[in-house]
Amino acid sequence: MQAVPDFGAFAAPTRRGPFGTAVLVAGAAVGCVGLVETIRQGGIDRPTVAALFFAMVFVGELIRVSLPGERDTAPLGGSAAVGYSLLLFLGPGTARPTEHSAYAVIAVVAAASAAAIALQSGLRRNSRTLDVARRMLVCAAIAGIFRGSALSQRLPLAPFGWQLSRSGLPVLAMIVAVLAGGLLDVVIAALTRAERERAPILPTMRNEFFAFSGIGFSMAAIGMLIALGIAVIGMWTLPIIAVPLLVTQFSFRRYAAIRRTYRQTIRALSRVTEVGGYVEPGHSRRVTRLAVAIGREFGLREQDLLDLEYAALMHDIGQLSLAEAIPRGSTLRVAPAERRRIAAMGADVIRSTGALDRVATIVETQAHPYRRMRETMDAEVSLSARIVKAASAFDDLVTASEVAGSQAAWNALERLRMGMAYEYDPRVVEALTRVLEKNSAL
Amino acid sequence: MTAAVAIAVSALRFNASWYSAIVLLVLFAVADHFRSHTTSADEVTMSVSFIVALAAVAVTGPYGGCLVAVAGGLITKDNGWVRRVFNASQYALSTLASGLAFASWGLVGHDLAGAVLWRAVAATITATLVFFVANGLLVAIVVSLTSGHSLRRIWTVNYSWMAMAYCGYGLLGLLLAVLWVDLGAVAALVLMLPLLIARNAFANYAEQRAAYDATVRALVQAVETKDYYTRGHSERVSQIAERIAREAGMREDRVEIARYAGMLHDVGKMGVPTKVLQKQGKLNVEEFDEIKLHPLRGYEMLYEIEFLHEALSGVYHHHERLDGRGYPMGLQGDEIPEFARVIMVADAFDSMTSTRSYRLAKSVDEAIAELRRCQGVQFDQRIVDCLIESVRKHGWEPTPEAFTGEQVARSASTLRPDGPGLGTAWRASSS
Repeated sequence: MQAVPDFGAFAAPTRRGPFGTAVLVAGAAVGCVGLVETIRQGGIDRPTVAALFFAMVFVGELIRVSLPGERDTAPLGGSAAVGYSLLLFLGPGTARPTEHSAYAVIAVVAAASAAAIALQSGLRRNSRTLDVARRMLVCAAIAGIFRGSALSQRLPLAPFGWQLSRSGLPVLAMIVAVLAGGLLDVVIAALTRAERERAPILPTMRNEFFAFSGIGFSMAAIGMLIALGIAVIGMWTLPIIAVPLLVTQFSFRRYAAIRRTYRQTIRALSRVTEVGGYVEPGHSRRVTRLAVAIGREFGLREQDLLDLEYAALMHDIGQLSLAEAIPRGSTLRVAPAERRRIAAMGADVIRSTGALDRVATIVETQAHPYRRMRETMDAEVSLSARIVKAASAFDDLVTASEVAGSQAAWNALERLRMGMAYEYDPRVVEALTRVLEKNSAL
Repeated sequence: MTAAVAIAVSALRFNASWYSAIVLLVLFAVADHFRSHTTSADEVTMSVSFIVALAAVAVTGPYGGCLVAVAGGLITKDNGWVRRVFNASQYALSTLASGLAFASWGLVGHDLAGAVLWRAVAATITATLVFFVANGLLVAIVVSLTSGHSLRRIWTVNYSWMAMAYCGYGLLGLLLAVLWVDLGAVAALVLMLPLLIARNAFANYAEQRAAYDATVRALVQAVETKDYYTRGHSERVSQIAERIAREAGMREDRVEIARYAGMLHDVGKMGVPTKVLQKQGKLNVEEFDEIKLHPLRGYEMLYEIEFLHEALSGVYHHHERLDGRGYPMGLQGDEIPEFARVIMVADAFDSMTSTRSYRLAKSVDEAIAELRRCQGVQFDQRIVDCLIESVRKHGWEPTPEAFTGEQVARSASTLRPDGPGLGTAWRASSS
């Protein structure tokens, strides 16, 4: 047997495709245009206010939060950028509205982001420039829409300039602007993710929307609050706003941290079967990468993808109950009844956690054939279970193969195709083939 | 009783807009729905509804605020009428008190936007503190009467640290009131939305946390099925390690790490063949080496859990000895990381007080005497002291029950390197 081809080496989070590069270039270009245009216009109206917001965005970029699923957000910086975009009046004493243009907003945010990137690369921390570029574009959109419509009244959005409040604040224009910005955020995030993970676009967009909605709405609301509060009671708003801002930032950070720990722990503990010599080293991880990629092909929802990932990681855990390990851990070699018994024992272990019932069901049913005699489908065997089943069998076959490279993958696929009558769902095998082709493993 | 009078007076003297009061009431109820526990002690909860109560005071006056609070308290999700009525009454009293404090600064309703800022802030802070003290005392008294804990304890555990947070929230109430005058209900939407979302993330956190605990426990138990005699061992070591850490005055996050390190210290045993683990009697050199690898295997498994990075040293070095004759590295004295010393003692204590395939359980007193005997040579004296102090204070009832079956064959008292080697015998069998 030779080295197992690492057909799962995709989804490396750092890889950037043409779209990612385009976002990066666009973000940088927008920032530069903002800076140049601001200098050309002779600086910024009310530089102290600009300096305050510069500081907030800068600090916000330094204390970003990574949401579950490697989603980078900067709640403090984002709220500040939205607030500065929407800022019109500086408190009851000042009648003249602030006249900084959208370019000035872009310039402040771009300068703060660039400073944060410089500092972080100096400290050798990952500055995640792609996410910074995305936030730059979103901020440019909000500032452009709002300052374009609210200040000049010339844009087609002018009807939204309808004044909702007594002090003449165009609240509806604010709402339209932040909603448009949020939408742009989700679209860019989804497209970069779909490109990186080679996943279909629409399901990715839905997943991104739900993942960002909580913190996105918070940032939009706090940004509006900054602008409204400053208009009504002046710059005192900023220290008062610090409370909801910090509460938001803190609670999302803690939530993201426990989610990350949970995932890392499941990954670590799923290796007990390997450490115990029950399965080939790396088997669970390869199966997991494959299964998740197939799940994405089917456009599964975020939660289902997570369940699928956990089920794939732990699908062999039932073997722990065996006194003696199966040779090379491949459940392909044991009788179907025994295979189901092992799966059921694994499902019991997982179910006893009290928190992973769906995962337990997947693990239990992945040992079943996908359809029964004279029926088209076995409704009890979910799509996720069929995916784990096929991915695990594929990995066992490739690992045990006598030949190298893509030939091994071809042979394994051929074996799965022969089992399509009852064992392996043809749609899953087809999706598996597509995944392998996309990653040039065939 | 007092509350009823307060409500009646409020109803009579209420003269602000009913529309504002009703919208605020809805808002109060929504905010109250998202309450969360102040600490892990589950008697006292806190919610952002307080911000709404304060805004109601500022917009509709003290009597309006009282009405909003009492109605809001009555329609919340509390089970049982006694609780609801109590909460409604205590909200009514504290809101009325804070409302009167606020009104004493002479700012209510539409004067607000034009008021000098520092006066508004001062009024808000006064009102906040009055609310905080009134509400906190009323709740603490009732909880103390029903639970039997002392008033002082309930106050310090749940409230003492919250005064600052309350003042912050109070200022948000002011902001809500000011924006309300200008913008109406939109202000509430804009201000409460992020807070409620943040609260929701808090609640999700608590849920995930509980799930995490349960998951780690269940998976560790699954690993333990390999060795009949060590059933429940990890969980008990985790409990002891937590108690030692607490007794040693570690910070709460480090106590947490000690707890998980105790829970996971033996996961590396998965890599030890079952027949070696379950073997009765003396081990040969190869089997011995096999077992000595288990801290390393545990380390390899766990290294990618960032949160446990500090605890890893505890897992990796939990078979070292102060005199340097332990494994895997043979570290001496201060070289042994603190978590490892905690786990060593906890592991030894639980092993001695439970039955193994090669010997019966000792009593707690015998185990303590044995630890005392080996302190300074094998165990860190300070950690042993902490354990003994904790056992003296709280006793030791192992849960889950340690295995103490009598059917164990009294095999030769060979020393086993996976159980913590005690005294000097360990050198004899390792050389």
